[in-house]
Amino acid sequence: MELVLSAGIGVLTASGVWLLFRPRTYQVIIGLSLLSYAVNLFIFGMGRLRVNAPPVLEPGGTGGLLTHTDPIPQALVLTAIVIGFAMTALFLVVLLASRGFTGTDHVDGRE
Amino acid sequence: MLLILVLAPFAGSLAAICIPAHKGTASAWLSGSIALFCLATSAALYPIVASGKVLRYDVSWLPELGLNFSLRMDGFAWMFASLVTAIGLLVVIYARYYMSANDPVPRFFALFLAFMGAMLGVVLSGNLILLAIFWELTSIISFLLIGYWHHNAHARDGARMALTVTGTGGLCMFVGLMLIGHIVGSYDLDVVLSSGNLIRNDPLYTTVLVLILLGALTKSAQFPFHFWLPHAMAAPTPVSAYLHSATLVKAGVFLLIRLWPVMAGTDQWFWLVGLAGLSTLLLGAYFAIFQQDLKGLLAYSTISHLGLITVLLSLGSPLAAVAAIFHTMNHATFKASLFMAAGIIDHETGTRDMRRLSGLFKYMPITATLAMVASAAMAGVPLLNGFLSKEMFFAEAIETHKYNILDTLTPYVATLASMFAVTYSLRFIYSVFFGPPPQDLPKTPHEPPHWMLAPIYFLVFSCLVVGVLPALTIGPFLHTAVRSVLGDATPVYSLAVWHGWTLPLFMSLIALVGGVGLFFIMRPYLATSIEGPPFFRRLEGQRIFERVLVTLSWKWARSIEMRAGTRRLQPQMRILVAVALLAGAITLLSQGFKPATIVLRNIDPAFALIWLIGMVCAVGAAYQAKFHRLAALVLLGGAGLVTCLTFVWLSAPDLAATQLLVEIVTTVLILLGLRWLPKRIEDPDDPEMMTMSTRLRRLRDLAFAVFAGLGMMLISYTMMSREMPETISSYFLERAYSEGGGTNAVNVILVDFRGFDTLGEIAVLCIVALTVFALLLRFRPATESLETPEQQRLQNAFDDDHPDRKKGDSIAEYLLVPSVIMRWMFPVIGMLAAFLFFRGHDLPGGGFAAGIAMSIAFILQYMAGGTRWVEERLRIHPLRWMAIGLLVATATGVGSWAFGYPFLTSHAQYVTLPVIGKIPLATAILFDLGVFSLVLGATVLILIALAHQSVRVPRAQIRAAKLAAKETV
Repeated sequence: MELVLSAGIGVLTASGVWLLFRPRTYQVIIGLSLLSYAVNLFIFGMGRLRVNAPPVLEPGGTGGLLTHTDPIPQALVLTAIVIGFAMTALFLVVLLASRGFTGTDHVDGRE
Repeated sequence: MLLILVLAPFAGSLAAICIPAHKGTASAWLSGSIALFCLATSAALYPIVASGKVLRYDVSWLPELGLNFSLRMDGFAWMFASLVTAIGLLVVIYARYYMSANDPVPRFFALFLAFMGAMLGVVLSGNLILLAIFWELTSIISFLLIGYWHHNAHARDGARMALTVTGTGGLCMFVGLMLIGHIVGSYDLDVVLSSGNLIRNDPLYTTVLVLILLGALTKSAQFPFHFWLPHAMAAPTPVSAYLHSATLVKAGVFLLIRLWPVMAGTDQWFWLVGLAGLSTLLLGAYFAIFQQDLKGLLAYSTISHLGLITVLLSLGSPLAAVAAIFHTMNHATFKASLFMAAGIIDHETGTRDMRRLSGLFKYMPITATLAMVASAAMAGVPLLNGFLSKEMFFAEAIETHKYNILDTLTPYVATLASMFAVTYSLRFIYSVFFGPPPQDLPKTPHEPPHWMLAPIYFLVFSCLVVGVLPALTIGPFLHTAVRSVLGDATPVYSLAVWHGWTLPLFMSLIALVGGVGLFFIMRPYLATSIEGPPFFRRLEGQRIFERVLVTLSWKWARSIEMRAGTRRLQPQMRILVAVALLAGAITLLSQGFKPATIVLRNIDPAFALIWLIGMVCAVGAAYQAKFHRLAALVLLGGAGLVTCLTFVWLSAPDLAATQLLVEIVTTVLILLGLRWLPKRIEDPDDPEMMTMSTRLRRLRDLAFAVFAGLGMMLISYTMMSREMPETISSYFLERAYSEGGGTNAVNVILVDFRGFDTLGEIAVLCIVALTVFALLLRFRPATESLETPEQQRLQNAFDDDHPDRKKGDSIAEYLLVPSVIMRWMFPVIGMLAAFLFFRGHDLPGGGFAAGIAMSIAFILQYMAGGTRWVEERLRIHPLRWMAIGLLVATATGVGSWAFGYPFLTSHAQYVTLPVIGKIPLATAILFDLGVFSLVLGATVLILIALAHQSVRVPRAQIRAAKLAAKETV
């Protein structure tokens, strides 16, 4: 389980970093999205991987890490996902504006 | 009381800003009453201070760092506070008549009051860090005051120079004060003042001394940092009268006296302070003789007098310290009145050039008399206050403190400088008020309004009274101030006019006679000479300063940028990733990181298969992103779905739901964006040149990527296969229900425990959405993408070919069945969003997920019916939703104040609704409602702003159409 997920994180990171170095703006956006998956999964992994652990408490009861999933990484990742969307949107609009403004989709605004 | 004393000027400053620009008198009244109030407050505190007590006011700020907001008033601080407020009051009265109605007068008074507040802060601080903060404030506000006439280039340059010099010094002083705090172990002034031996014997003493002196000497315009002060004369005269008599430049002296008990007495102190002081004393006086500008003369004389105080402090004897404190007060009185007199002359004649002024006594006898008395005090004529402190200075100069050349030299330098002082004082009076009547002045001079003279009356009167009856008038106050600085070491001193035929008296006489003689010798030269002293004219501090500034900020900066900088993104990215890699690797390896052994057990084949797909998607997306954007987007979605499945698999339903919804919205968003991104088509006939360097570059990038990937894999594997340490998570799990009132711990953390973070995050979301909206408002798409897309063109062509069809029919019929279904989905998705929202506190769901789900409902409508169709039928106000969301979330937080709880405390209980049943109804749900509304608004705003681009007609096209229309007419 851990091995598969960490290999997945590794491949996502590698693809993301590769795209980050590319000269076209669209490539950079896709790269950043891939990187954000990797980072979100990494943060999520901080709470360790648990299969079939209850994510919610019994009404009136309390829970512990032995019986329940770790809520903190989940809360962190939840907001990160939404903010990630917002950043993608911002980058996309900047990309479009820069394409219209400079006439090229090179990251430096000129070939 | 102390707090009010410091805060009142700042409050008044804020109030003065709000006064409209034409109501200058109102702001003058306001500042006057504030200054009077502060003066009265400090006067009321005198009995306490005079009894030897130290007033304190402490508020804990960051007690862990030893940083407290503590104010402290002893006799010395009281003396300074009274000086600051009293002269402040007089200057306000003066400025009321001085400032022209054309200037933004309220701004002047606002800055003036703020400066008074900062200065009071400096003298009353009981904590070194607080002192540094107020110190910086005085630098910044003096910058604004000096540059008050910012349309004038001299004022701008002068202000900038003052800020650069005093700011740099302030920074050094800050480091010095922190070092003192480090040595003593506390920033508290009382503690510092009682640990003098500790500081003097510390190995860091010399460093501390140099740093503190840099701060104090730059502020007090001591040689070699004196050059900023004459240039600061571009300020309005009331500012000069205030800053350069009682406040700004005295701050440096204040600091020296304040730290005198703990730092003075060593050889380093003697040499550094003494050398700076003596050279300033002499050079300032010498330069002052050769100034043609009235204010320039006063500026150099200020420098010289500050040098005198510095010399006194350098000697290290208690009697000298008494003289220094005394002279600080005296100088403030006569110099403020002289600046005001110079301002009146400037105001009434229109010039400050001493070569053009003469014989003004006939026109303004009162001003002339007052100025004469004040400059006599400046020259040290007997029966005036300047004489007394100068006499004390001479007495101290003769004494032997240390056996070295500097100490031997002091009395001679003192007499010489004093002689110069007599010369320039005489010159000031003689060339302005005597001689033939002035010719072709810009204005005909006459006496100023009576109230403009009142402050000078008062100041000159105090010069006289103190000069004649020192022990009766100033004596007790001086004693209070001296005792608070020197404590038990307070020496016996006598404030008398007549001490008998002593050596200091002879020195005074020599200075007087010599000065008068020197003036008459030099008079013919001075009457016509150009500005500045001979020999030194070329060696101007300002020019050196400018050259250093240009070299640093222009030449060097540019060459560094040329050599080490790049404007290209790719190298920057490479550096960024390389640094991240190195930082990670070095930290891990130095801490003895050992990757966990890889175990090939417990691998679920299904999970592995999912991730195989995921990896293929990721690599595929990376491979296709250049030429096949749509394919890359699909593959990216694939990777996203795998992530989402992972969340489901590993017991994180909240994340899975949010990820799935965001995935949908992101895909729609990028699809909308692709419409405006012209295609990049790979030409099979002419493949891109794969030169050797391109290959090498790609190989290097690949190596980077592989390293990064491997590193992340190793780190995450090692981390995940370790035992879970004890974290704060268990705290949240234990209390989620009992204190947060919800069983879904993730949601409870978001809306309750860490609600403040969430508030910040939705604010970020809001800002991003608004930025996107703003960017798209004036969006100019790429020209290649302006025409209608290929599909629509085909459809329109089809309509044109068939006579029974109108143009646009095919587009309307396109996806007819799906679009009907999509329209029907609106209420269903709305219901789903509501469901997600209400169960959020107890079960997976919540405001984030619900908001995005609801925005998908809107987007589907746009996709099904087109922009116009939707907006005719639905009211879509994403900006309003966002505003409501932010307000609701904040109001929920504020609401808990009403019940006496901290911000964002939530209250939880269950409520039974008809039909729906029992739902958890914490106040957190209101907060979550805010989150919902904001996320919905932000998402819809972003998507719709982008979608609207296709209905917008570019401005160029409108213009072209108009032109065409004109031509046909």
